[in-house]
Amino acid sequence: MSSICDIRNFFPALDQTVNGKKLVYLDNAATSQKPVSVIKLVDKMNSGVNGNIHRAVHELSAKTTALYESARDKVQYFINASRREEIVFTAGATASINMVAFGFAQKILKPGNIVLISGGEHHSNIVPWQMACERTGATLRVLPLDNNGCWRMDLLDSLLDSNVKIVSVAHISNVLGIINPIEKIIEKAHSMNIPVLIDGAQGIVHSKVDVQKLDCDFYAFSGHKIYAPTGTGVLYGKYDWLEKLPPFMGGGDMIESVSFAKTTYAAPPLKFEAGTPNFIGVAALGVALDFISQIDSTQVHKNEEEIVKYILKELSSIDGLILYGNSKNKIPLFSFTVKGVHPTDLAMLMDKMGVALRSGQMCSEPVMERFGTESMLRASFAVYNTIEEAGIFIQSLKRAITMLS
Amino acid sequence: MTIKEVEQQVIDDFAIFTDWMDKYEYLIELGKNVPVISDKAKLESNLIKGCQSRVWLDAEIKDGKIFFSADSDAIITKGIISLLIRVFSGRTPQEILQANLDFITEIGLQENLSPTRANGLLSMIKQIKAYAIAYLAKEESSK
Repeated sequence: MSSICDIRNFFPALDQTVNGKKLVYLDNAATSQKPVSVIKLVDKMNSGVNGNIHRAVHELSAKTTALYESARDKVQYFINASRREEIVFTAGATASINMVAFGFAQKILKPGNIVLISGGEHHSNIVPWQMACERTGATLRVLPLDNNGCWRMDLLDSLLDSNVKIVSVAHISNVLGIINPIEKIIEKAHSMNIPVLIDGAQGIVHSKVDVQKLDCDFYAFSGHKIYAPTGTGVLYGKYDWLEKLPPFMGGGDMIESVSFAKTTYAAPPLKFEAGTPNFIGVAALGVALDFISQIDSTQVHKNEEEIVKYILKELSSIDGLILYGNSKNKIPLFSFTVKGVHPTDLAMLMDKMGVALRSGQMCSEPVMERFGTESMLRASFAVYNTIEEAGIFIQSLKRAITMLS
Repeated sequence: MTIKEVEQQVIDDFAIFTDWMDKYEYLIELGKNVPVISDKAKLESNLIKGCQSRVWLDAEIKDGKIFFSADSDAIITKGIISLLIRVFSGRTPQEILQANLDFITEIGLQENLSPTRANGLLSMIKQIKAYAIAYLAKEESSK
C-alpha cells in the first residue's frame, strides 16, 4: 500500500453519499471506519468459526481460542510489551481505566491519598478516579492546562508529592489534539515511585507506542478507534501490577478454582477477563493491527503533516475562528469555535454538505470550561483522509459560516 | 385556523425547496428574524438543557389558551422552534394534546427531533405538552 487513495480502497464505508453528497468522514476521533479484512473476519467467524474460547475441546472452540490468543501476541508486538500476559482484553479504553481505578480503590488508595490527572482529560479518565476517590477518601488533583492547551509542566513539581498514588493522563487529548509530554511525566513520577497510567485512546492511533521505552505502568486504548470493531479494548499493565491488583469482575474464565468456601483467581491476564469476552471483536482487532502494520507509515505521516499544515493555515485565515490546542506536536485533530455561530448549526449544515464532524462537549466538560465555551466543533482525520477532503472541509466550513452570519 | 391547517401551511411553505441547503437557508432566516423570547423570560427555570444546544421555553395563559415563547442559542434549532411556536402557540390545551407532529416529518426535519440529537427540541415538545396537561388538570380541579 503506498498512496492514501490505495488505503481508502480498503474501507468500503468511505465510498458512500450522505444527503446526496460524497461522504467526507472527519469524526475519526470518535470512531474509525473498518478495513475489509476486519469486516471479513467478523463475518467469517459469525458465519462458521464460532465457538466459545478457552472452554471446549471441539474444533471450533480451538480455532476461536487460537485467533483470540494470537491477537494477544499481535497487541504485545504492536506496543512492544515484554510479555503477552501483560495484555488484558477489555471492552474499550473506558473499561480499561475503570479496571485500574477499581483495583486502586480496593488495594492502594487511602484517605488523604491523591490521584493526579490533567486538565485535558476525557470524562473516561476523570469519572472512574472520582468514583475511586469517593470510595476511599482520596482526592483528585489536576495538572492545569496553559492557554494553548499544553500541560503546565512548570507546576508538576509542586503537584507531585508522596501522597500521590497514581498519575493518570492522556497521551493525546481528544479535544486539543496535542501529543502530551508523557515521557517527562512518567520519568518524574517514577523518580518518586508513583505509577503512571496513560490513556492512549487517541495516542495509539497517531503515534508509535512502545510501552517498554515509555516505561508506563498502564496503557489503555480502544479497538474501534484503530480500525477494529467496537467493544474491543486493551489494558496493558506491567505484570507485577496486574498480579497485585484485584479482579474487576467475577465469573467465567477468571478463576483458578471455585468452591463455596473460597475462590482463587487465575493469573493475569485471564484474571481480568471474566465472562465470555468479545472474542470475535478481539480476533478482528488482531487483523486491524496487521492492517496498520502493512501501511506505509512514512506516507501516512507525510500526508498527516501536509493536512495539519494546510488546515492550520486555512483556519487561521477565517475571521472570528478560535482554534483550541496550539502546539508543534499536533495531530490532525482540530477543535474550534467561530464567534457568533453555534457549533451545532455549523455541524448540521456541514452534515448536509456531506462532511461528518463532531460538535458538542466531546465528553470533556472540564476542557470546555477551561476555554470558556459551551461546546466546540471538531474535525479529526485518520489514515484514509486525503488533502482533497481537507479542502472540502474548509470550503464547506466557509460556506456554512457565510450562511449563518 | 385549526392546528392541522397551520401545519399544512408550513408544509406548503417547505414544498418549494428541493435542495437541503435551501431548506436550511430558510430555517436560518426564520431563526434570525423571529424574536421569540424576552430576555426576562430567559431564566434558568425555563431552560431545557440539551447536550448540543440550549432551549428556553416560557408559557403564558390567556383566555383559556396557552401562548408559548421560546429561544435557543443555536440558530437552526431556533428556526425549528419558530415553526413549533407557530403551530402550538395560542391554542387550547385540548388542541395541543391532540396535535401530532406529522408536519415535521412531512417537511423532512424529523431527524432534528430524534433523541440522539440532544438539541433540546424533543424535550421542548414534551414540555409544551406538559404545560397543556398541567393547565387542563388545574381547570378540572377548579370546576
